[in-house]
Amino acid sequence: MTVESTAARKPRRSSKRVSAANKPQSSEPQLVQLLTPEGERVKHPEYEIDLTPDELRGLYRDMVLTRRFDAEATALQRQGELGLWASLLGQEAAQIGSGRALRDDDYVFPTYREHGVAWCRGVDPTNLLGMFRGVNHGGWDPNTNNFHLYTIVIGSQTLHATGYAMGVAKDGADSAVIAYFGDGASSQGDVAESFTFSAVYNAPVVFFCQNNQWAISEPTEKQTRVPLYQRAQGFGFPGVRVDGNDVLACLAVTRSALERARRGEGPTLIEAFTYRMGAHTTSDDPTKYRADEERQAWEAKDPILRLRTYLEKAGLADEAFFTSLDEESETLGKRVREAVRAMPDPDHLAIFENVYADGHALVDEERAQFIAYQASFAEEGN
Amino acid sequence: MAVQKLPIAKALNESLRKALETDPKVLIMGEDVGKLGGVFRVTDGLQKDFGEDRVIDTPLAESGIVGTAIGLALRGYRPVVEIQFDGFVFPAYDQIVTQLAKMHARALGKIKMPVVIRIPYGGGIGAVEHHSESPEALFAHVPGLKVVSPSNSSDAYWMLQQAIQSDDPVIFFEPKRRYWDKGEVDTEAIPGPLHKARIAQAGSDITLVAYGPMVKVCVEAAAAAAEEGKSVEVIDLRSMSPIDFDTIQTSVEKTGRLVVVHEAPVFYGSGAEIAARITERCFYQLEAPVLRVGGFHAPYPPARLEEEYLPGLDRVLDAVDRSLAY
Repeated sequence: MTVESTAARKPRRSSKRVSAANKPQSSEPQLVQLLTPEGERVKHPEYEIDLTPDELRGLYRDMVLTRRFDAEATALQRQGELGLWASLLGQEAAQIGSGRALRDDDYVFPTYREHGVAWCRGVDPTNLLGMFRGVNHGGWDPNTNNFHLYTIVIGSQTLHATGYAMGVAKDGADSAVIAYFGDGASSQGDVAESFTFSAVYNAPVVFFCQNNQWAISEPTEKQTRVPLYQRAQGFGFPGVRVDGNDVLACLAVTRSALERARRGEGPTLIEAFTYRMGAHTTSDDPTKYRADEERQAWEAKDPILRLRTYLEKAGLADEAFFTSLDEESETLGKRVREAVRAMPDPDHLAIFENVYADGHALVDEERAQFIAYQASFAEEGN
Repeated sequence: MAVQKLPIAKALNESLRKALETDPKVLIMGEDVGKLGGVFRVTDGLQKDFGEDRVIDTPLAESGIVGTAIGLALRGYRPVVEIQFDGFVFPAYDQIVTQLAKMHARALGKIKMPVVIRIPYGGGIGAVEHHSESPEALFAHVPGLKVVSPSNSSDAYWMLQQAIQSDDPVIFFEPKRRYWDKGEVDTEAIPGPLHKARIAQAGSDITLVAYGPMVKVCVEAAAAAAEEGKSVEVIDLRSMSPIDFDTIQTSVEKTGRLVVVHEAPVFYGSGAEIAARITERCFYQLEAPVLRVGGFHAPYPPARLEEEYLPGLDRVLDAVDRSLAY
């Protein structure tokens, strides 16, 4: 892939010492782009893509509905219905583009923010809310949609994806695996180890890093001194940086990397260069650590707006389409709201369930003690 | 021949061989487990017979070994991972504690985690730093993990296969200074449950509880005490999570006295857990407080000092005397 060599053509850093804080951090990234922020369709020599009008409208619909779901969840957190929410606002193109590149038999290992990828996998969005409401720690069967549980500990899932991909290769299957992680996770040892293992075993895995510029309050330059996609080169596989706010480019690049994995050519690192428009989670306040101007600059690159501009200019969607989508969005919002409010607290004894598959004497003993303790209140005549 | 006399390391090797033959989903993974056969030769010859695809030499990255084993388990494999030495497990501790132990619960039981992590542990072989530790309590404290340790060849052979067949993650501690001790293995026997304690030596005056490398010391202590007319019962715990408290309770109800012996530091160790629970169960039968013998609250010492650090015959007998003096 030609993108690997772009760094070499960049001017070398001068010999004068530059402090880390002052060092420009990849200010002019080389991005694979198929749709400009102005909604202009552009060509790329390596990643051209040809989509039908239906497919283009489908991508737009996915992004709009995912954003609506995300907004509803954020509102539900503000209303006290969820304990926490990790918003994907601004990252819809990265998630829908990569998610729609997947085949049913591919397997996804997400972080805790991949609501758009979950949507592409057919996971009911209300299933994603259980852990944020505090009724479970995941709760869905990963094998139903080949979508693994959300992982809270940063970067752990990249190793699970690699191991799973090693298993796929052992099985002689031609499916692929995709691991999502962020720019902050790129600092974790597990991510580096997953690069090592996947390269050594030629595992059919795609590493999809959503560089949303901020790891809670820490900017990317606190994580790395080289553009993240260039990390791959040192591990012996290709890295590519894609415009993460361009759904077409994300789709094309991910599709290409997945095909490469299926052909037995091993891993690829994709860095989707994007921006988290909201907070890291509802617990932090981005106004404390980043400037308004930065957010405004990224608003101009909004992934949904640019596809809408293109659809309208190219005459691929009429007013009826947008109106009908607005209605669908509101229906989704209402469904999510009602589902969360109707979500029951788990049974008290759920504490003791599924700690072990084969059972454990101590868990059995403590469960029995807890049942007896609770029963004692009834005996007292309450 | 069904009954063979094998050293523990060879019994483990035969056990792994049997598991690889029986179930095509079983994989061996770790550093140097292939051509070398592991630094203790526990996996000797397995790669030659089962191929590099089933006996996998890994990069030197413990978190990577356990993390990829989790992924392989999610794909339907049953990885048996070797951590080369006890003190090297900590880079993988995060994957074991935050991922491996909790995956089944997080998925509300929809997925299983049949991963075995073999760890040669304990001191007494004159090794350098990080090669002689006993971190079992750190794992037994974690819900979702099972923790076991065989003390003899027969248990080594059978417990390892039972651990591999378990759908739960099992931390399998191997007493490395006993690797060369020989014992009988009946490969056609019907083994007892993995988590049942074993009466290693019957007695009536006092109960010693030990596991792994300390069982032999306690059996020797019982023989020495017998010469002084004291009848010592030795329980080989075999499992630190769960613990077979019923077997200990039955013994203590008979003897009225209990000493727990392990190599790990006494402070917050498994002896503390056993003492607390047996005190609850046997408060009116105990003739003396439960005593503990183990390592000090200090880093495992350099090799020239390990005989001072490790509980030996004298320290165990001293505890027996103290208990009987109440």
